[in-house]
Amino acid sequence: MKVLVAVKRVIDYNVKIRVKADHSDVDLTNVKMAMNPFCEIAVEEAVRLKEKGVATEVVAVTVGPKASQEQLRTALALGADRALQIETDERVESLAVAKLLAKVVDEEQPQLVILGKQAIDTDNNQTGQMLAALTGLPQGTFASAVAVEGDKVNVTREIDGGLQTVALSLPAIVTTDLRLNEPRYAKLPDIMKAKKKPLDVKTPADYGVEVASRVSLLKVESPAERKGGIKVASVDELVDKLKNEAKVL
Amino acid sequence: MSILVLAEHHDGALAGATAHVVAAAQQIGGDIDVLVAGENVAAIAESAAKLDGVSKVRVADNAAYAHLLAEPTAALIAELAGDYSHVLAVASTTGKNVLPRVAALKDVAQISEIIAVESVDTFKRPIYAGNAIATVQSEDALKVITVRTTGFDAVGEGGSAAIEAVDFVADNAQSTFVKEELAQSDRPELGAAKVVISGGRGMGSGENFTLLEGIADKLGAAIGASRAAVDAGFVPNDMQVGQTGKIVAPELYIAVGISGAIQHLAGMKDSKVIVAINKDEEAPIFQVADYGLVGDLFEILPELESKL
Repeated sequence: MKVLVAVKRVIDYNVKIRVKADHSDVDLTNVKMAMNPFCEIAVEEAVRLKEKGVATEVVAVTVGPKASQEQLRTALALGADRALQIETDERVESLAVAKLLAKVVDEEQPQLVILGKQAIDTDNNQTGQMLAALTGLPQGTFASAVAVEGDKVNVTREIDGGLQTVALSLPAIVTTDLRLNEPRYAKLPDIMKAKKKPLDVKTPADYGVEVASRVSLLKVESPAERKGGIKVASVDELVDKLKNEAKVL
Repeated sequence: MSILVLAEHHDGALAGATAHVVAAAQQIGGDIDVLVAGENVAAIAESAAKLDGVSKVRVADNAAYAHLLAEPTAALIAELAGDYSHVLAVASTTGKNVLPRVAALKDVAQISEIIAVESVDTFKRPIYAGNAIATVQSEDALKVITVRTTGFDAVGEGGSAAIEAVDFVADNAQSTFVKEELAQSDRPELGAAKVVISGGRGMGSGENFTLLEGIADKLGAAIGASRAAVDAGFVPNDMQVGQTGKIVAPELYIAVGISGAIQHLAGMKDSKVIVAINKDEEAPIFQVADYGLVGDLFEILPELESKL
């Protein structure tokens, strides 16, 4: 079966972000960018399904600026067979991404679509669920285990109190949680080979999807700074401070 | 204007988180209806009717809504949404699973994890793991929103709202519930606890988490963990505090053997008082801690327990 994986180019998770002085957004100039960590897990899961003989083809897709081709090349180096970039320089919201992906699903007819549960920039946690709604497919979100059995997929989900397993009819949409797998690193020969794998470029207009925002970003601020604390010398002093100064005991 | 709040419930009881969402709804303003969906939820509906500020409780009691699977639950909310200007839910795994699906069914954006209400269409929410706060304004006629409970104080229980049944039944041929494995715990729920004590990689092993238990018992605290401790297999992942785990904002947060990575801080830095116990005095956790104690946690924890 064919597996579609959506990936996003985001700021590297180790970078400490800066808010722009005019509070219009976060400053992304000259900042290290990378594939969203949850998307790496999605690619890894798709590649493992291929290695197990469950998947026959893995297609990676992204919506973003030209530079996001880097993340598609990474996906190809990790084992995806071909890639599709839907190029736009706009700030594209989850709903518009889901609409574009729904068109790709319609065109490619994958049996399984794997996305990360959330992107670490906007922290929305929406696109997979929205794609499921738009395609009318079932969803297995926050997956920590995925098992394809015949025309169904069993997805074990990380929920607040523990784990929940649901059985979904295929085709289905799955979003990855951190513990689904440990993504591999791309090897140099695979990175070289990835440069020759097919990468198509389209635009939102090719799909007739309007990407204009319906949520405007009015302001971005730094969170309130915590005022510097003190170091105490002993357990006695700590207990005393908590009782008499902070009054939380 | 009227607002629909999806009730959060577990094990046949209304979850406290729902009262925080009703508080957020009150700040938006307008009539507030609570939707209780599930199977055998009459008692939950009665609890919801007692929440202050609730006008009406709508009950969809049907096997179709057992375990609140996303497909039927989203179909139900989308069916009812026409009567409302806002649909709100807890930013729990349930709310996060269901609400974006509702939003897409209604062709509107969803606003995730709001921490403040500025006006009926403008909200504040954290982005980049809580390292920036965005103020966003929705242009959609229907606002679909998940609420971070730590941003709003819970409403009280003096109400007596009317309860009415919803007879819409969503059919769901696509997904079925197989099983649930819930972690057993007698301690307060992590998200609602007034005191949280968390262990990190510095705990060294799962057995050593017992060192936290005596302190947790004395303080009535919930026990949390960093991702490092979860990944090392010390504790189950539902104990994880952080960007990808639970977001907590207790009165007192005690971080033991936790370095304080950005992703962990995202889950706890709104706590009122933070205590860090770590042997590395350069650990970033000390930059956010109100009280830091540098030393060996294996000596400090038993001493702390004996002195509480």
